[in-house]
Amino acid sequence: MLKVYINTETVTVNDKPLVHKEKGAALLTELYRNHIGDYPKFFKMDTLSKLGFVASELLLQAEGKPRFEPREDRAVIFFNKSASLQADTAYQATIQDAENFFPSPAAFVYTLPNIVTGEIAIRNKYFGETSFIVLPDRDPQIMARQLQNAFLDPTTNSILGGWLDCTDENHFEAEIYLLNKS
Amino acid sequence: MGGKRMIVSVAHNILSPLGMTSAENYAAVKASRSELKRHEGLWNLPEPFTASLMDREKVEDVFSEIADNKRYTFFEKIIILSAKRALEQTNIDPTSSKVLFILSTTKGNVFLLDKRETGFPKERVLLGVAARQMTEFFHNPNTPIVVSNACISGVCAQIEAMRNLESDAFDFVVTVGCDVQSAFIVSGFQSFKALSMESCKPFDANRTGLNLGDAAATIIYTRKDKITENEWVACRGAIRNDANHISGPSRTGEGSYRALKTAIGALNPDEIAFINAHGTATLYNDEMESVAIERAGLAQVPVNGLKGYFGHTMGAAGILETILSMCAIDDNNILATKGFDTIGVTHPLLFSNQNQPTDKKAFIKLLSGFGGCNAALLMAKGGASC
Repeated sequence: MLKVYINTETVTVNDKPLVHKEKGAALLTELYRNHIGDYPKFFKMDTLSKLGFVASELLLQAEGKPRFEPREDRAVIFFNKSASLQADTAYQATIQDAENFFPSPAAFVYTLPNIVTGEIAIRNKYFGETSFIVLPDRDPQIMARQLQNAFLDPTTNSILGGWLDCTDENHFEAEIYLLNKS
Repeated sequence: MGGKRMIVSVAHNILSPLGMTSAENYAAVKASRSELKRHEGLWNLPEPFTASLMDREKVEDVFSEIADNKRYTFFEKIIILSAKRALEQTNIDPTSSKVLFILSTTKGNVFLLDKRETGFPKERVLLGVAARQMTEFFHNPNTPIVVSNACISGVCAQIEAMRNLESDAFDFVVTVGCDVQSAFIVSGFQSFKALSMESCKPFDANRTGLNLGDAAATIIYTRKDKITENEWVACRGAIRNDANHISGPSRTGEGSYRALKTAIGALNPDEIAFINAHGTATLYNDEMESVAIERAGLAQVPVNGLKGYFGHTMGAAGILETILSMCAIDDNNILATKGFDTIGVTHPLLFSNQNQPTDKKAFIKLLSGFGGCNAALLMAKGGASC
């Protein structure tokens, strides 16, 4: 099973460490510049979307199949504990004070955890199922159950999914993988 | 019907400004009532807005009969109350390990991010922690799952319920959808210029945007081998992405079209009483839905939308609108699209601002949301139209 792991200090692709210099928020930008580089929309994203975008790019590069061909049979399904907390906190700061009230649509749109699934669908032309499930805590058994259940959709043959959590710009963890229908 | 295992609704409830049972809400909608009102100065917001808001004090009066009001946020109170009122119609033991709770919400207790809110632990802003308040209230031993897929969450939660029953993981799933309005949500939609200052007008030529609303709604599903003709079956659902834009609907209705095609399957469209659309009354959403419905070959099926009664209830919408659509067919009725007058989308679909009779037994619930997501669900009374 192809797998990518990223946290604030560590990056592995199929359990092999990926060389990098930066930590925290700068790590995601470094990974983008060194391994992707052709998708400037990256810089508009919230941290959860940046994390999911970079992790999915590394995963799909490791898969080594032709990219960007429209398909409906691959679902994108993530889980986490914090939903869109980083984006929510950032948006709240724009409305906290009556004297300094400047709500922004560009910030508000990311206050939904499933936006990252849409970012990955847009990048890869995936017309299949996209879903985001929030759990009280990370639970591998529940995640496995829900991912296996997703194959009950007869169109879904493959899932890009896993754990994708972010509490603030410098604290995040992704462990995502590609699953095929058994 | 017998022989084939089916996923069946065994009880439901709606809590909204129009009532505290499904029957009260259906009667109010059939009579064209709405609690959409203009609010000025509420929550210190600088701009007025029109929304359908629940009376917090009235909810506290009812909630005080079952638990201490101080222990729960308003969001938690109405998810507990709605689930409780649905469970009370059944013999289901919520303490059983065969019962799963699924919560559909977008923003839960987001108001707790406001620095002035000090009445509850900040961790209650986490959706899973909020959902745990409900499962702990019912002494349910299972970990709740929260579906948070923007405005399509309510249909996604029902699809997750169906899958957890089809796979035999559980025997009953209590599917609760809820969002409560706050300065956070209202200011965000205002910044998008998505809100209408007056009551919304789904699919109408003069529509100017959506209204927001509070609600909680619950459907309890189970799995059965044999059903009667009066039982409601959740036949098929699908979730599909536009792969186009995170906040703008697809011009080709790509995701909604694909979700509709999967939900219909081989069913003859003549058997469908109506499509209950998302119908937010924003320019782009309503246009996109008309494109998707026409493309899916459903131009001859009546279409309605219920946002003119409740506003957009976000995480509750998919469940609330599924329940009202079941109640409507139980009453041989296609509900009017309140606020609609003159067709304002490209495809001349069958919209009406009047209740209309029907003897058909199936409907489709359609939703779309930010992140390019779309969902469709086929429901059939008696299961014959599955």
